[in-house]
Amino acid sequence: MKPLTLAALLGLAAVAGTAQAADPNLARNLAATCANCHGTNGRAVEGAGLDPLAGLDKAKILQKLADFKSGVKPATIMHQIAKGYTDEQLDLIAGYYAAQK
Amino acid sequence: MMLMKRRDFLKAGAAATALASLYGCAGGTRASGHVVVVGGGFGGATAAKYLRLWSEGGIQVTLVERHAEFVSCPISNLVIGGVKTLADITVPYDNLRNRWGIRVIQDEATGIDAGKRTVKLAKGGELSYDRLVLSPGVDFLWDQIPGLAKADAQARILHAWKAGPQTVALRQQLESMADGGVYALSIPKAPYRCPPGPYERACLVASYFKQHKPRSKVIVLDANEEVVSKKGLFIKAWDDLYKGIVEYRHNSEVKDVDAGSATAILEFDKCKADVLNVVPPQRAADLAARTGLKLINNRWVDINWLTMESANTPGIHVLGDAIFPAPTMPKSGHMANQHAKLAAAAIINLLAGQEPNPAPVVMNTCYSFVDPKNVIHVASVHQYDPATRLVQPVKGAGGVSAARNEVEGKVALGWAKNIWADMLG
Repeated sequence: MKPLTLAALLGLAAVAGTAQAADPNLARNLAATCANCHGTNGRAVEGAGLDPLAGLDKAKILQKLADFKSGVKPATIMHQIAKGYTDEQLDLIAGYYAAQK
Repeated sequence: MMLMKRRDFLKAGAAATALASLYGCAGGTRASGHVVVVGGGFGGATAAKYLRLWSEGGIQVTLVERHAEFVSCPISNLVIGGVKTLADITVPYDNLRNRWGIRVIQDEATGIDAGKRTVKLAKGGELSYDRLVLSPGVDFLWDQIPGLAKADAQARILHAWKAGPQTVALRQQLESMADGGVYALSIPKAPYRCPPGPYERACLVASYFKQHKPRSKVIVLDANEEVVSKKGLFIKAWDDLYKGIVEYRHNSEVKDVDAGSATAILEFDKCKADVLNVVPPQRAADLAARTGLKLINNRWVDINWLTMESANTPGIHVLGDAIFPAPTMPKSGHMANQHAKLAAAAIINLLAGQEPNPAPVVMNTCYSFVDPKNVIHVASVHQYDPATRLVQPVKGAGGVSAARNEVEGKVALGWAKNIWADMLG
């Protein structure tokens, strides 16, 4: 096994946080839990007043989520929801939405 | 008898190939097969769409739904309060057909043969499936309120707990009621569909009375010991906004009804109303029990939280209000949408010969209007716990609004537009 592949696999295992192998679609599945409000694949209904997430910069999404989690950024509900996900899960979610064009 | 073979279906669904470009390029093992979805509500419609989206068109999907259009229970209390119309909460199935290549059949599933993997339809014929998604909602336990056993009594004493004609009919009863009248709302013991829904309804009817019929009263007959959801926020709304209009009575289970005089009969008391609205006790739709699915407390379907598959009947995945919920999980449209995505992901893996995702997550948000502009929420996030094999609420996450506010009034309407698009857009 090439070192790079091994590293990638180890990274994946760390992300899953369990002894079992992570589902390759874990990021997609986690991101879909946000779609009720933020639209299928992050494409929110225009004019409905909720933030679309598709194609946003990953670092910006992560910073916003971190600020919700810490309470730095005031929110009606996102401070309560962000705390329900691990940092690894939020990283996967942000990466998934950033990749949506 | 028509037996729908998968091959015939593929021929019929010629649109599927043309749709392939919509899904982007496929990678890895592609799932294929035919999934029948019974019930086109928040659970079933979402499952149908996400099975097509995530299998990149590889799985054929047939959705069986009684009604021609989807009518949303969330926001329907605004119709009862006179703020919205039925058209505002109605969404067609056109996109599921035309955009996603789903075969939508307006019919009722009358029976399921889990061994042969077939679904019998009321209008005749059968559908065969590789996997079945059952999102049938709730049926009412009319036997627990004998006076409502007959159709004419049910036509007079409404539930309006399934959005549609009853929603409009209840609105008409409230409009016809003279000022100084009494609207009484009976709430069954939990669990029932939409825990905060009855309290929201009490608020919106009270709001209508306050503006148009100020001498009228709202009496809430709650079978529960206390307000089941968002307790402090609802009580504060009644105290601040509807003093002298809303009267809340706990431990007030309605045992029977005299439909002719619109009288609710409690154990030691009676309550005569001008408009009596009874939300009856509920259980998983009868089709679940008839199919032989294992129920808990003889009411709710026992499922596996990695797949939403019935605990005793392989190949049948059950969603939404019909299931026995995980700890603190409400029976809500939002949660049914989340169940649907969990099930869709698992079904696609299983049909491709792969294990289901070992770490599913679901979450809930629920907005309630306490007047036409101000809203309160409750939210929760639930992560799969291998030790208990349940999705458990994450400690320290979730919660309720600090106070009712107009910002969330706008968010609640935006939520509705987005979730309707997520399931039907």
